[in-house]
Amino acid sequence: MLIIKLAFRNITHAGLRSWLNVFVLSFAFVMIVMTEGLYDGMLQQVKDAVVDSEIGGGQFWQKDYDPFDPFSIENSHSKIPENLLLEIKKGNASAVLIVTAAIFPRGHVQSAVLKGIDPSQKIVKMPTYLLNDGSDTASIPGIIGSRMAKSTGLHSGDYLSARFKNINGTFDAVDIRIVEVMNTDVQSIDRDQIWIPLKSLQKIYRAPGEATVITLKKDVRYYPSGEPGWTFKNHDYLLKDLNDTVRQKKVTASFMFILLLGMALLAVFDTQVLAIFRRRKEMGTLMALGMTRKKVVLLFTFEGCLLGILALIAGAIYGIPLLAYFAGTGLNVPQVATQAGISIGAVLYPKYSIQLYIITSLILFISVVVVSFLPARRITRLKPTDALRGKMA
Amino acid sequence: MKGSEIIKVHGLIKDYSMGKQSFRALNDVNMSVCSGEFTGLVGPSGSGKTTLLNIIGALDNPTEGDAVVLGKDVNSLSQAEGALLRNESLGFIFQTYNLLPVYTVYENVEFPLLLLKKSKQERNEAVMKALEWVGLTAKAKSKPNQLSGGESQRVAVARAMVKLPKIVLADEPTANLDAANSHNILKMMLKLNEELNTTFIFATHDEKVIAYLKRKVVLSDGKIIDDITLN
Repeated sequence: MLIIKLAFRNITHAGLRSWLNVFVLSFAFVMIVMTEGLYDGMLQQVKDAVVDSEIGGGQFWQKDYDPFDPFSIENSHSKIPENLLLEIKKGNASAVLIVTAAIFPRGHVQSAVLKGIDPSQKIVKMPTYLLNDGSDTASIPGIIGSRMAKSTGLHSGDYLSARFKNINGTFDAVDIRIVEVMNTDVQSIDRDQIWIPLKSLQKIYRAPGEATVITLKKDVRYYPSGEPGWTFKNHDYLLKDLNDTVRQKKVTASFMFILLLGMALLAVFDTQVLAIFRRRKEMGTLMALGMTRKKVVLLFTFEGCLLGILALIAGAIYGIPLLAYFAGTGLNVPQVATQAGISIGAVLYPKYSIQLYIITSLILFISVVVVSFLPARRITRLKPTDALRGKMA
Repeated sequence: MKGSEIIKVHGLIKDYSMGKQSFRALNDVNMSVCSGEFTGLVGPSGSGKTTLLNIIGALDNPTEGDAVVLGKDVNSLSQAEGALLRNESLGFIFQTYNLLPVYTVYENVEFPLLLLKKSKQERNEAVMKALEWVGLTAKAKSKPNQLSGGESQRVAVARAMVKLPKIVLADEPTANLDAANSHNILKMMLKLNEELNTTFIFATHDEKVIAYLKRKVVLSDGKIIDDITLN
């Protein structure tokens, strides 16, 4: 107890030197929590967006469907099983038919995917109700995402022709009128995709009642009963790529974590090393006054530890309101960041958890204890008579 | 007033290794000190007076021989026992004052009492009394860097005396002081010696100090060459 009291007295009396260390440590603490929170928030936000806009509570895929093999799409459609049809009628699921096509924006040929979806569906967050537009019977209404609009130069109200091969292998074409350019954070429902009414696609593709993917409602707990020709894909499967990408990005973040922590620890280590050399006479005096070397080591180690504790307190004092503010208002994400592999919304909301605080605090504290002790243990070899003369043994 | 024998050194030898060679700082030193003495170890630089003082203060161990301080053989004391002896019974005064720079005068004087785990009230009373002895109550809240050399050494004396040690070991206490301050400090120490019967042992070659001593033990090349009782 006395050692803690003395260490506290030494730290508080040392003035600016101590407070600078406390500030550097607390800043590192807050920045580490903030960075980790940003990544956690990004993961959560991207997951939420993908779940809300694309995969819902999971998907049934037609057995031949492979989104990474464009050639598989031609054959990956079949009748919707009765059980799933029932769920669609109950509003618990929504069917999507996928057909490959070629479009001709700005006079160039470009491959695209036509996706048929029920305009009245409420399973995924897309403005599909706009597909009910029947103002022009000569064309089919279509929705594209902002990325698709950018890559094709299409705008709302534009027409485009799509050429495709129907179920019988005959080439056909259709005029699509863009009724909406939607802003979405999810690239996989945007790039190279045109959303049109399901029934229209089924009709022109000559595949009535067929679909490629059936998406379940987010909060529906549907236990598949082995629908023949269809495979259920749960979140673990559907979010695997996303999780892998975020994990990859977290590795990058851990470099930032190590860098920040390293900088802060360097400050403590530097202070401790400096203290051991500058305060040799003080150590000798402490021993002459009746402290054992062990207690002197403890005192200097505790001084470092107290820096860590004060940094955690200071970090909590200014960090919690600051982080809470960012968690509430979010951080604006530059446009370039949305092209960095993960779709992020324009505003990123960091996610902070008690677990994150506790783990970061513990890592910081333990690291501070170690870097405080390492230089201090040199004192165990220090002779009081040498210390009093300002010599290091 | 001379009392019982509290320090006895016998056949004391201290060698320091200097690379491949060794240097003998003390060579067969024999002496004893009784309580209440005001004794000086006198001699030129390198004569071994500080080494002898450090051994008596359990800060260093002899290479050979015995040093018994307050009934304890310093050579056989563990680190903790040596620290306890210094904490409870010995006071130190150094040439460069060795005040703890971030503490106030009050806190510097209070420090030995904190190690002795005295209560706050006991500490307060003792510190104020010690500061009164050295005439520095008005400077209690000052930091060492706000004090003159004389004042700093008075704080060091107060710190050494605050726990009422049996022995005070002073290593060249006036070396950094002017004549007036030296005399003030020495008069104060003499007064404390007489009033509290504290044993003072000086390591010095300062004539001003020597003039106040009641006993002069002269060292040369690590040997005692003279032991004179004065007055």
